[in-house]
Amino acid sequence: MKISVTVNGKRYERDVEPRTLLAYFLRESLGLTGTHVGCDTSSCGVCVVVLDGEKAVKSCTMLAVMADGHEIMTIEGLVQGGVLHPLQQGFWDQHGLQCGYCTPGMMMTSWVLLKQNPNPSEAEIREGLSGNLCRCTGYQNIVKAVEQAAAAMQSQPVETVA
Amino acid sequence: MSTTIEPTPTPERHAMGKSMKRKEDPRFIRGHGRYLDDFTLPGMLWMSLVHSPYPHARIVKIDKTAALAVPGVVAVLTGEDLAAHNLAWIPTFHGYDKQMVLAVGKVLYQYQEVAGVIASSREIAQDAAELVDVEYEPLDPVVNPFQSRDDKIILRDDRENKTNHIYHWEVGKREETDAAIAASDVSIKERIVFQRCHPAPLEPCGILADMNPATGRLTLYLTSQAPHAHRTVVSLVTGIPEDKIHVISPDLGGGFGNKVPVYPGYVVSAAASVVLGVPVKWIETRTENLTTTGFARDYHMDVEIGASKDGRVTALKVATVADHGAFDAAADPTKYPAGLFGIVTGSYDFPTAFTELDAYFTNKAPGGVAYRCSFRVTEASFAIERGMELLARKLNMDPSELRLLNFVKKEQFPYPSPLGFVYDSGDYHMTLRKALDMIGYEDLRKEQAEKRERGELMGIGISTFTEAVGAGPSKHFDIMGIKMFDSAEIRVHPTGSAILRAGTKSQGQGHETTWAQIAAEELGLDPQNIMVEEGDTDTAPYGLGTYASRSTPVAGAAIAMASRKIREKARKIAAHLLEAAVDDVEWTNYKFQVKGQPDHALTMQEIAFAAYTNPAPDSEPGLEATYYYDPPNLTFPYGAYIAVVDVDRETGAVKVRRFLAIDDCGTVINPMVVEGQIHGGLTEGFAIAFMQEIVYDESGNNLNTNFTEYLVPTSLETPHWETSSTCTPSPHHPIGAKGVGESPNVGSPAAFVNAVMDALAPLGVQHIDMPLTREKVWHACRQAATA
Repeated sequence: MKISVTVNGKRYERDVEPRTLLAYFLRESLGLTGTHVGCDTSSCGVCVVVLDGEKAVKSCTMLAVMADGHEIMTIEGLVQGGVLHPLQQGFWDQHGLQCGYCTPGMMMTSWVLLKQNPNPSEAEIREGLSGNLCRCTGYQNIVKAVEQAAAAMQSQPVETVA
Repeated sequence: MSTTIEPTPTPERHAMGKSMKRKEDPRFIRGHGRYLDDFTLPGMLWMSLVHSPYPHARIVKIDKTAALAVPGVVAVLTGEDLAAHNLAWIPTFHGYDKQMVLAVGKVLYQYQEVAGVIASSREIAQDAAELVDVEYEPLDPVVNPFQSRDDKIILRDDRENKTNHIYHWEVGKREETDAAIAASDVSIKERIVFQRCHPAPLEPCGILADMNPATGRLTLYLTSQAPHAHRTVVSLVTGIPEDKIHVISPDLGGGFGNKVPVYPGYVVSAAASVVLGVPVKWIETRTENLTTTGFARDYHMDVEIGASKDGRVTALKVATVADHGAFDAAADPTKYPAGLFGIVTGSYDFPTAFTELDAYFTNKAPGGVAYRCSFRVTEASFAIERGMELLARKLNMDPSELRLLNFVKKEQFPYPSPLGFVYDSGDYHMTLRKALDMIGYEDLRKEQAEKRERGELMGIGISTFTEAVGAGPSKHFDIMGIKMFDSAEIRVHPTGSAILRAGTKSQGQGHETTWAQIAAEELGLDPQNIMVEEGDTDTAPYGLGTYASRSTPVAGAAIAMASRKIREKARKIAAHLLEAAVDDVEWTNYKFQVKGQPDHALTMQEIAFAAYTNPAPDSEPGLEATYYYDPPNLTFPYGAYIAVVDVDRETGAVKVRRFLAIDDCGTVINPMVVEGQIHGGLTEGFAIAFMQEIVYDESGNNLNTNFTEYLVPTSLETPHWETSSTCTPSPHHPIGAKGVGESPNVGSPAAFVNAVMDALAPLGVQHIDMPLTREKVWHACRQAATA
């Protein structure tokens, strides 16, 4: 099936098998390998991307054809004009990652979380990230990373084109 | 070659001991990490495995016809096909057993690999795998090691000895220990089970095998914690010369021991690539990960401790039954079938001890990997720390007092343990006292007493573990004969930057940062300009890889020693440039100077330039060194952990209110990285204590085959971690470091369980095996209420 999807602000027209998952479409058709796959049950969240600038979706639960006509943002779309997004800066500064495998999904979920709730409490961050698993960090520094990003974005709002 | 060891200058350190931000992070935070599944090659095919639905069955026949008829399917391989290439079986890392790659004759566990389908896409391979028609004749399974002990059903008829018993291992003094326990005023005995669990890194295992018919070289992109060991194993098993094998272990999305063994999916893919002459990729599914690759633990331990009535321990005895599954695939050093289980005397000065272990085959997946621990140290630490808690209760003594009374004392180091180790250093009293102070132990006990008056269940659990890590000295430690040294190669470039390569492989530990910090500290260079490379067997010096907390104790030492070799050469160049005798040149404040003349000093950067532009006469130009480090001993990191929990007796819910971890891992290279690893290890320990177990039902069905059944804690359940440290450097390690990544996973399960048992003490509950699920705790509360 032919689909047209805007990813990180760029429009792609592609022919895909109807059963292709969005995660594999992004990874294998578009070469955007920052979106990962870690389980078979939509449990782990390493594949989370942003749909239409407002929803964090597990891209292994969505078919590529369902993204036809929609806008997707992946981890590769977070840097704007060569400048790290405050979330990226926060994860780096606060040691919010170790192996890095969950990191893209964590950041995409956090991006939506901060859009909906620019000044979340620790409990709200923990609640918001509870669909994303991490085996390395114990989440504590991830929470700090999101807090740092929230503070930075409050003082200097960031434009991100989904 | 001898190398001078100079004391590292203090107090203001140049690069070590600093929380430097990680150098590897810029690519990860941009989504530019390169993990195995990110690699694709032109003409690449996909491999998918066919798994057995039965735990024990004879294979009557395998019909490939329907699978081969699917457009896009290139080949279907079975055990018989592999047998033609002598690849149906491969040796296990242990060296004492072999394991099937694809089942031949019969299957021995549910999900065992039976066939491999090679096709043009992931999806076609998966679809066709379902069409491989395997006819089975089910056999009675044995899923309990106590049942397999009676040998009524022999699982491994391929072996000469018709028994399910794999080996017996023992160390210590049996009679003396038995007599001492019998003569003790007080003793405890408890069966303590460390359940079967799984490392479950978020990135599953995988391979991209690329046989190049033009060059005759086999390149293996592999999720490997030990790329050199894997290259050697592939060469030994296949006969392909080692120079024709290139293992590349790219960014790893976690490992935790799961990525040490060689798995059937690797072998089938590599064999297919060799036969077909095209690249073949296999990425395991989460179900394959949890059901077939590298489980951990599964030790049933009978723990006995004797003590005098005033609480001095007299003897320790631990007898273990180990469930190894269908093959003895535990990745332990050759001479240590039960790993370093002999650390089971822990932090305590036992006059005598004895431990023995019997391992059995069952119809369960093979493994027994060192999951975020040095070989079997986690099981041992859990046994002793639970045992000490039970003893404290029997003596009606505070568990912290019992520990303080029996700790090995600071002045006893180096301490020869009754089971054969020589502990390098420690001050257990200092570390526990710090923990008790920091958590406000006395106040917590008061609060607990008040709550008990009101019928509320609050518990405080202590774990003061000692690990044995950093395998290891070559006179004792090898894997398949290869000694467990490790290596580093450092090349300083003319402008004073450098490349550092090591035989280890980071899976998130941050070696690109910490290795650079060690070299920068030793050489006075900028760690930002020391590039660290690992995981490519064509370029890195030979090493045994990263597991068992061995990277810093072994490769970290190699990096320091290689740096010191460079420094010695640099001293000669400095002498030439400063027109001074070599003996008159000293290394002070990260510079070479003529003794007592700080204004006649040269930086390493200046010397590096001279090494290429103005080398000393009669000396070899350039500035580089390689060092293979054979550690003189293991290192013995330790810690004092305290958990505080509240238990709701109506629901069985346990709330971990506080958790304090004080770790002593000797010299710290990067405090931020150490703290991060402790957070992660505690979270894995928390998961094991409360949530995780690979359960097989009586028919041999695996009940925990994905993340909806094998739970990983989320940000919601995970407690807030409090951390601190003490520092007793290892006296035998060049920089005094001991390794830390695994301590929190080793030490924390006992703290959690001790805390919950302490909470349940008023109900008379003595012991519950992990995981302490809500259901189990609730049942324990109910039983107490109705008793």
